[in-house]
Amino acid sequence: MSNFPAKKIAALKRLQWPGLPSAFPCPVLRLGKLLALMCLFLALPIFLGTMGCRGKAETLSHPLCIAGSTSVQPFAEKLAEVYMSQHPGVRIDVQGGGSSAGIFAAQQGAADLGASSRELVQAEKALHEIPIAWDGIAVIVHPSNPLTNLTLEQLRQIFQGKITNWRDLGLPHHAIDLISREEGSGTREAFEHLVMGKIEVSPGALVQDSNGAVREIVAGDPHALGYISAGLVDERVKAVAVDGILPTRENIKSQKYKLVRRFLLVGRAAPTGQCLDFIGFILSSQGQRLLETEGLVGVK
Amino acid sequence: MDKGKFVERVLFLLALSSISSLVIITVFIFLEGLPLIFQTGFKNFILSSHWAPTKGHFGIGAMIVSSLLVTLGAMVLGVPLGLACAIILAEFSSPQLRGFLKPTLELLAGIPSVVYGFLGVIWLVPLIRNYLGGPGLSLLAAAVILGIMILPTIISISIDALTAVPDIYRDGSIALGATEWQTVRRVVLPAASSGIITAVILGMGRAVGETMAVIMVAGNAIKLPASILDPVRTLTSNIALELGYAAGRHREALFATGIVLFVIIMILNLSATLITRRR
Repeated sequence: MSNFPAKKIAALKRLQWPGLPSAFPCPVLRLGKLLALMCLFLALPIFLGTMGCRGKAETLSHPLCIAGSTSVQPFAEKLAEVYMSQHPGVRIDVQGGGSSAGIFAAQQGAADLGASSRELVQAEKALHEIPIAWDGIAVIVHPSNPLTNLTLEQLRQIFQGKITNWRDLGLPHHAIDLISREEGSGTREAFEHLVMGKIEVSPGALVQDSNGAVREIVAGDPHALGYISAGLVDERVKAVAVDGILPTRENIKSQKYKLVRRFLLVGRAAPTGQCLDFIGFILSSQGQRLLETEGLVGVK
Repeated sequence: MDKGKFVERVLFLLALSSISSLVIITVFIFLEGLPLIFQTGFKNFILSSHWAPTKGHFGIGAMIVSSLLVTLGAMVLGVPLGLACAIILAEFSSPQLRGFLKPTLELLAGIPSVVYGFLGVIWLVPLIRNYLGGPGLSLLAAAVILGIMILPTIISISIDALTAVPDIYRDGSIALGATEWQTVRRVVLPAASSGIITAVILGMGRAVGETMAVIMVAGNAIKLPASILDPVRTLTSNIALELGYAAGRHREALFATGIVLFVIIMILNLSATLITRRR
């Protein structure tokens, strides 16, 4: 397959032979070059593709596959990167897809480990679960906003669209610029589960597609209110206490803070071999420290 | 084999492959999206504004309206500006100035849309929030950014249409005693009208299809906007926002959104082609 374009190129080179007077740049000749270039471009992915396959075959054991929550994904990638640099020859593939997809993949055995940012439901309890970290969801406002505390009920009513004005929270009259995440996002899923229950988030809420984008807007808008992963709160925004408790590292770890979710890895059976070694690495002090520097709270 | 023939055949094959990719994309979008439209009911899908795909509600009514409103806003801002620019450059400026300004304006088309979006977020959104109210991320912000983005399309096609009008028309009009402005308004513009309408429609196509810049400045709320300061979500933003996580029916719903978008853009492009061909 891969020598087919090469033949083509050779054929095209033949086109350039006839000794045409160089004063007349021949269009055919230019076309030939152009075609040769095109064929090269077409051949490149095929070539690279075969290289990739061979690379895979050379690895001794089969690559470890982790699929699931997009909230866990960046952390899992970081862990895998460090682990792979320490264990040359081991390959770990980290894929997204969402918590439910990850749990399903683990049940089916399509992935060695599923990553989930939500708790397992009753039907999924047969899976072997390994908690790897805590993540708080912080409710954030602009630093100039005097608001310091919200009850869970107030938070629910705000996101439900029942409270739409800061006046209802005892602040000066101004509409609340409500910011949520897109449908399907792990953070939104957890927020809905922890705060909203069965109630839908108001369709009037602004929607941003990342924690960073939500933070950016809240940092610039004195009337905004949004939620992001607690590890990503910085000095440009202010985290509000929920039911009087701030999302600090200790409160998240002790679960005094209400909006906390666990990051889980799940497998069909208790992990063995390479898998066990990788989980050991995640739960080791080095792995946990890595997660903490990335903004999570370790389980150990 | 004759080398001319050979090159011709290879070129034909390449041309065919680009067309077949279009066909494949179309078939794929329809295969993925149509089942959901049939399940939800076409009317429900198009008219309902209840969009909660993970809970089984698929209504893109608000997004269709938002898409059209954003496009309309972009037209209101972009068409007068672009047309004025085209008339000045084609009729009232020296060839040197035109030779310099036209390529410069076309450079606008080369700026990546994410840059427009970024400028919008950094500069336009706070302006709207501070001076007009609302969250800033709004229908207005999206319309302004898109209005600027479609300028190069409108200007360069309009200039081509205006310069294609034979000079005999202008000379005849001037000879009859019309002023230059009367000549432009009564003679040149009507003669170039089909080209200008094409320019406007192609600009519209660009505005409907633009995604990145719109996601960044439009706020993406699912509700029908009550004012131009309200956040909106367009069809393209909806697909791009949620595709990353979508699975199963949710994914199908996004493809179905793509079908609606596809049809809208096809109608725009077809009408542009028909209008150009009529003359």
